[in-house]
Amino acid sequence: MALGTTTMTNDTILKVEHLSMKFGGLMAINDLSLEARRGEITALIGPNGAGKTTVFNCITGFYKPTMGMLTLQRRDGKEFLLERLRDFEIPKLAGVARTFQNIRLFSGLTVLENLLVAQHNALMKASGYTLLGLLGFPTYRRAVDASIEKAKYWLDKADLTDRADDPAGDLPYGAQRRLEIARAMCTGPELLCLDEPAAGLNPRESAALNTLLHQIRDEGVSILLIEHDMSVVMQISDHVVVLEYGQKISDGSPDHVKNDPRVIAAYLGVEDDEVEEVIAVELEGGNH
Amino acid sequence: MTAATETGHPSVLAKAVREGIFAGVISFLMFLLFVGIETYQDINNALVWRTRWGLLAIFVLVAAVGRFLTVGFIKPHLDQRKLAKAKSGVLEISESKSFFHRHFLKIALIFLLVYPFLSLLIVGKQGSLKYVDNFGIQILIYVMLAWGLNIVVGLAGLLDLGYVAFYAVGAYSYALLSSYFGFSFWLLLPMSGILAALWGVILGFPVLRLRGDYLAIVTLAFGEIIRLVLINWTDVTKGTFGISGIAKASFFGIWSFDTGSASSFVKAWGLSPSSVYYKIFLFYIILALCMLTAYVTIQLRRMPIGRAWEALREDEIACRSLGINTVTTKLTAFATGAMFGGFAGAFFATRQGFVSPESFVFLESAVILAIVVLGGMGSLTGIAIAAMVMVGGTEVLREMSFLKVVFGPDFTPELYRMLLFGLAMIIVMLFKPRGFVGSREPTAFLKERRAVSGSFTKEGHG
Repeated sequence: MALGTTTMTNDTILKVEHLSMKFGGLMAINDLSLEARRGEITALIGPNGAGKTTVFNCITGFYKPTMGMLTLQRRDGKEFLLERLRDFEIPKLAGVARTFQNIRLFSGLTVLENLLVAQHNALMKASGYTLLGLLGFPTYRRAVDASIEKAKYWLDKADLTDRADDPAGDLPYGAQRRLEIARAMCTGPELLCLDEPAAGLNPRESAALNTLLHQIRDEGVSILLIEHDMSVVMQISDHVVVLEYGQKISDGSPDHVKNDPRVIAAYLGVEDDEVEEVIAVELEGGNH
Repeated sequence: MTAATETGHPSVLAKAVREGIFAGVISFLMFLLFVGIETYQDINNALVWRTRWGLLAIFVLVAAVGRFLTVGFIKPHLDQRKLAKAKSGVLEISESKSFFHRHFLKIALIFLLVYPFLSLLIVGKQGSLKYVDNFGIQILIYVMLAWGLNIVVGLAGLLDLGYVAFYAVGAYSYALLSSYFGFSFWLLLPMSGILAALWGVILGFPVLRLRGDYLAIVTLAFGEIIRLVLINWTDVTKGTFGISGIAKASFFGIWSFDTGSASSFVKAWGLSPSSVYYKIFLFYIILALCMLTAYVTIQLRRMPIGRAWEALREDEIACRSLGINTVTTKLTAFATGAMFGGFAGAFFATRQGFVSPESFVFLESAVILAIVVLGGMGSLTGIAIAAMVMVGGTEVLREMSFLKVVFGPDFTPELYRMLLFGLAMIIVMLFKPRGFVGSREPTAFLKERRAVSGSFTKEGHG
C-alpha cells in the first residue's frame, strides 16, 4: 500500500488533492485541495450544505470520491491512498478515526465495552483470531489487560470513569460526545476526524471538550474537525479551511480567516455585486 | 386480594358495579346475534333458527363479573403493589433474591442431570419413554437450535428466517454419509457441523449486502431452496420418501444399542431389553451438546469477535468506522450459528432414525425464531425457558383432555393446540415485550457487573 509517488514533507499528515464528489447531477465537492499538518488542529468550516461532511465521508471511506487523491502519511513514513482503501481498512491500516454528527455509540453496550470494541483489531490479533483466546493463551490475557488499561486511560481523560459500567445509551448528551471521541482514540489513530463535536453542548461541556481536544493534540494526534460554533473553532484550531458550495474559499490561520471578506460574505450573506466590491477593495489594499 | 378488599372503598365498588353492568349491556348487544341466535338446517334442508339464551347469559355474565372484579379488586390491588414497590425503593430488588433465584442455573443443571433417572423411578421404564423422549430430548433439541440461532439473531442482529436449512443440512449430512459410507455417529457429528457451517458461509456471502427485511426474505428463500432440493434430488435423497434406517449412535464405539448386536449395551450390563436406555443415552448426548453450545456462546461473547457481533447489532456504521471488517464478522456469526444447527440436525437424524423434507418446513424456522424472541434476544437462560414453555407447552396441550369437561365432549385439544399457543405468545409479548429476560449481561466491567436494561439494546437492522 505504501506509495511514494507524491512528495509530502513529514509535517503534512493528510493531503487532499483535486477532490470532487458528484451525487447524480449535484456537485457536492468541486476540485477541493487542502492539507492538514501533523500535530495541529485543522478546522473545516462553512455554511450548511457546503460539503464539509461529504469531505469527511470521502476521507474516512464512507464515500468513494468521483475524482481526486487523498494521501495520508503515517509517522513512520508509510503513505496510504485513502480513496483506494475499503472503509474498515482506513482506521485499521491508515490510522484515521472518526466520530459522527449524530452520535453513533453502541448504546446497549456499557461504556467500557464501547472502548473495548474499538480495540477490536489489536485484540483479534492477540487472540489468534479467537482460537488461541478460546484456549486461554497467556498472550491473549495480557492483551486483554492492556486493552482495559488503555480504556481506563481514555475513560479518565474523558472524565467517564465513574460511569464505566453503565450502558452508553444512559449517558447524558455531553458525556456521549466525549465517549465517542474516547472510543475513536482507542483505535490508536494518528488523525482524528470529528464531525461537529460541540453541537448541542452547553458552555461547560464545550469547555471540557476543548480541554480534551487539546490533550489529544498534545499526545501527537492530529485533529481534523468540522464545527459550526465559531467560538470553538477560533479558540482551538491552528488552521482553518473554509468551504462554500463545495469549493474552498479561504485557508489559513484563524485570524486570517476571520478577517477574510469572502468568508464574511459567505457567512453573513452579501449581495453578489457587493462581494465583487469587497474583493476589489481587498485586492487594492493588497497592492498598496 | 385480602388487602384489596380492606381498601375496597365504597366509591370504587360503586364504580365497579356501574362498569360491570355497562360491560354486561355491551356484551349482551354484541353477542345477541352472534351467540344468542343460531341458524341450522332442518330435515327439509331449510334454514331455520333457534335461540341459545343460556350460552348468551354465560357470555354476558363473564363479561360483567370480569369487569366488576377487574375494576373493583384487581386494579386497586395492583396499584397498591406498585405504590409499595415505589415507596420501598429500587435497592430492595437486588437484595431480596431468594436462594432459588441465585442458584437457579446450578439447580436447573442438576435437575437435568438426574431427570431421566427421576422419571425412570417415578413412572417406570415404559412411562418414562414419553418423559425422556417427547419432553426431555424434544425440548433440548429446540434449546440447542434456539441457542444456535441466538448467535445470529440475538447477538449479531441478523434476522435469519431460514435457520432450519442448516438443521436440514446437518440431518441429511449424517443420514446420507452414514447410510452410504457407514461412518459412525461420532465421526459424522463434527462433520455435519462443519458442513452446515460451510453452508452458512455460502449463504452468508450473497446476503451480506442486504439488511433488515431484505435479509429476512433471502434467508427465508434459502431455507425453502434447501428443502426443495431435498425433495427433488430423488437419486440421492429419495425425495419425499425420506431416508430411513439411519444408524443409531453407539456408546462411543464400545457398546451398540442395536438389539441384535454382539456388543449390545443391554447385554453387557445385564439389563432387560428396553429402548429406554438408548433414549436416556440420547438425552445425555443432547444435554452435552446444549452445554457445549452454551459454553461456546458464553466464551465467544467475551472474545473480541463476540463483542464485534453485539456492536454490529447496535450500529454497523460505527463498527466500520472503528476498523471492524463487518463482512467477516457477519460470516463468522452465520457460520457459528449454522454449525450448532448442523450438530442438532445430526443428532435429530440419529434420534429419529428417519429424515424427510417434511421435518424442515418454514414453520420450524418460525418456531425457533419465536423461541429466541420470546426468551429475550441474547439471553441463554431466557431462551431455554422459552423453549421449555413453547415446545413443552405444545406437548402438554396434546394431553389437555380435562378441557373436555369445560368445552364439551366434542372438544379435541390437539386441534386447538396452535390457537392456545398463539394466544399465549401474544400475552407474553404484551407483558414482556423484550422477552422473558430482556436485560443484557455486560461482558466486561471495571467495578461491578450491572445488567443493561433492554430499553438500551437494539434488535439490529439485519
